[in-house]
Amino acid sequence: MIRVDGRSDSSSLIRVRGLNKTYRRGGENIQVLQGLNLDVDQADFVAFMGPSGSGKTTLLNLLGGLDVPSAGSITVAGDEITHMSASKLTQWRARHVGFIFQMYNLIPVLTAFQNVELPLLLTKLSKSERRKHVETALGVVGLADRMNHFPRQLSGGQEQRVTIARAIVSDPTFLLCDEPTGDLDRKSADEIMALIEELVGKYHKTVLMVTHDPVVAARAHTTLHLEKGVLVEGAARNGVLVGGVA
Amino acid sequence: MKFNRFILANLFRKKVRLILTIGSFAVALFLFTFLAVVKSAFSRGTELAGADRLVVINRAGLINTIPLSYRDKILQIKGVKAVTHNNWFGGVYQDEKNFFPQFVIDPENQRLVMTEMRVPDDEWNNFVKDRQGAVAGAGLAKRFGWKVGDRIPLKNALYGPTKTWEFVLDGIYHNDHPGGDESQFWLQWKYFDETIPSVIKSLVGWYVVKLDSPDDSVSVAAAIDKGFANSSTETKTETESAFAAGFAKQLGNIELLILTIGGVVFFTLLLVTGNTMAISVRERVGELAVLKAIGYPDRYVLFFVLSEALVIALIGGLIGLGLAVLAIPVVGAALRGLLPPLLLSVAIAIFVGVASGLLPGIGATRLRVVDALRRV
Repeated sequence: MIRVDGRSDSSSLIRVRGLNKTYRRGGENIQVLQGLNLDVDQADFVAFMGPSGSGKTTLLNLLGGLDVPSAGSITVAGDEITHMSASKLTQWRARHVGFIFQMYNLIPVLTAFQNVELPLLLTKLSKSERRKHVETALGVVGLADRMNHFPRQLSGGQEQRVTIARAIVSDPTFLLCDEPTGDLDRKSADEIMALIEELVGKYHKTVLMVTHDPVVAARAHTTLHLEKGVLVEGAARNGVLVGGVA
Repeated sequence: MKFNRFILANLFRKKVRLILTIGSFAVALFLFTFLAVVKSAFSRGTELAGADRLVVINRAGLINTIPLSYRDKILQIKGVKAVTHNNWFGGVYQDEKNFFPQFVIDPENQRLVMTEMRVPDDEWNNFVKDRQGAVAGAGLAKRFGWKVGDRIPLKNALYGPTKTWEFVLDGIYHNDHPGGDESQFWLQWKYFDETIPSVIKSLVGWYVVKLDSPDDSVSVAAAIDKGFANSSTETKTETESAFAAGFAKQLGNIELLILTIGGVVFFTLLLVTGNTMAISVRERVGELAVLKAIGYPDRYVLFFVLSEALVIALIGGLIGLGLAVLAIPVVGAALRGLLPPLLLSVAIAIFVGVASGLLPGIGATRLRVVDALRRV
C-alpha cells in the first residue's frame, strides 16, 4: 500500500519522512521538495508525474542514494540512508537499487552480456555464477539471443531491455526508473512497460518510476503528482492511496 | 582479473587516438632512452674512476705539460703508493673518423696504478721489451679486428712534422669493471720520448697517483700542489672522478643539455598523455556516472582511469625501448659498449602513465552522479 500522509507503521519497504531538498542557485534558495512523506511496500509500482522542475527526478535521486536531502529521512528495508557516508551509500546502492535511465546509459564498448555483468563484478560471485545470473536476467527481458550484441547493434527498445536486465541482475530491493520510455516509440514503450509490470507482478519487484506520459503512468499501481516539490494529488489503480498534500 | 576486459574495451574505443598516443609514447621513450645512454656514456668515466687515485695536471690546463722530474717528488709524499704518467698521443688511424684515445704510458708503473686494466703477463712482458710495442683495449681491438702481432700505423702531427708512427700490438687489456673502458691504445714512453723534438722531451701530460688509502686523497692532493706552489709549473691535483667529470665538461655541459632535452621530452609526453586521458574521461562522464550509480566505488573509477593510462604507457614504453635496443648497439659501439639504462626508461614510462592518469582519474572520482547524468 502506498501512503503519503506519513502515518504508516514501520513495516513499509520504503519510508520517507519530512523530506526537504533545497538548492542554492544564483544566491537564491530554491526548495525543490518540501516535507514530503511516502510509504511504499514490497511489490508496489508507483509512478511520479508532474511538470518539469516539480522535483520528480530529485525525489528519485534521493530515493536512490544519488543525492542527499536537506532535511528529512529515507529508510529502505530498515536502513536509514540519509546519514550514510558517500562510500556507504555507494555500497548500499550496489545492493539495493536497480537504475533504469531514459537514455539507457549502456557502455557502448561492452556487449549486452558484459553490460549486464557490470554490477556483478563488484560481488564475490565466480565467473560461472555470474554467467548464470546474466543469462537469467537477459532471459527475463527476452534478449537471451542477443547477449553478444553491442548496444549499437540493438534497437532502442532492446537497449532499454538490456538496461532493465542490468538493473535486476543483482536482485536489488527496488527499481528506480527515470522516464524509461521517454526515448522510445509507442510500441517499444508498451513492451517495456509490459516487462516492468511483469517484474512487479511475477517477480514482486518494487518499482518507482518518473514519467511525463500519462499512458505510461496509468500502468503503475498508483500515480503520485508532484508540483513544485509537493504531492498535490494521487490516483490509485490497484493499490490504495491515502493522504494528499503532505 | 575480472576487470581486464572492461579496461581493454575502453582502451580500444578510439583506436586511432590509442595508436597515436602509444606512438607518441614510443617515440618519446626511444628518444629518452637514447639520451639517457648518451648521458651515461659521458658520466661513465666518473662512475668508474678509482676512489684511491689522484690525477695531477698542470695548473694552467690539461694541454700544458709537467716535468718528468716531479714524479720522484710526488712519490716521496706520505700516503702515495705509486705514480705513473701519461701523455696524449693524438694519432690518426687510417681516417680521422676512427678516433680512439691513445696514451703514452710508463710501463714500469702503469700496472701498479691502473690495476683494473689487466694484460696477460706474457703479453705485458713482450710489450715492455718492445720499444714500438703497443697494448690495446679489448673493445678497441674488436672494433678494428686487431690481433696480437698486428702492425698498427698512426699518423701524428702533434709532435714535429706529420709522420706515421709504426706500432706492433703486443697485448690486449681487459677491464675488471663491468662496462669499464676498453677503448684505449697504449704506447711506450721511451719510444715516444726518444722520438719527439728535444724541446718537449721529459715532459708528461699528467700523473696518476695511487694512494695507500682513499681517505688520504684530500691531504695528499693538497700536499702535491703545495710542493709545487710558486714553481715554474704549478700543479692542480684532484681525484680521478673529479678529473673525469672536468674532462667531460670540456666538451660543454653535455649533462645539462641532455637533461634539459630529456626533461622537455618527458614533460611534453606528460602533457600529451594527460590530455588524452582528460579527453577520454570527459567523453565518458555519463558512463562513469552510471558506474558510480550502480555501486562502483570511487577507487574503482580511479583504478580504471589509471589502468588505461598505465597500459598506454607500458605498451608505448615497451615499443620505445624495443626501438632503442635495436638502435643502441650502434650507439653502444660508438660509446665504447656502454649498456643502456633501460630500467630508468621503464620507471619513467610507469611514472608518466600514473601521473598522466592521476588528475583525470581524481576528476572522475569527484564527479557528482546527479550532475553527470543530467549532462547525458
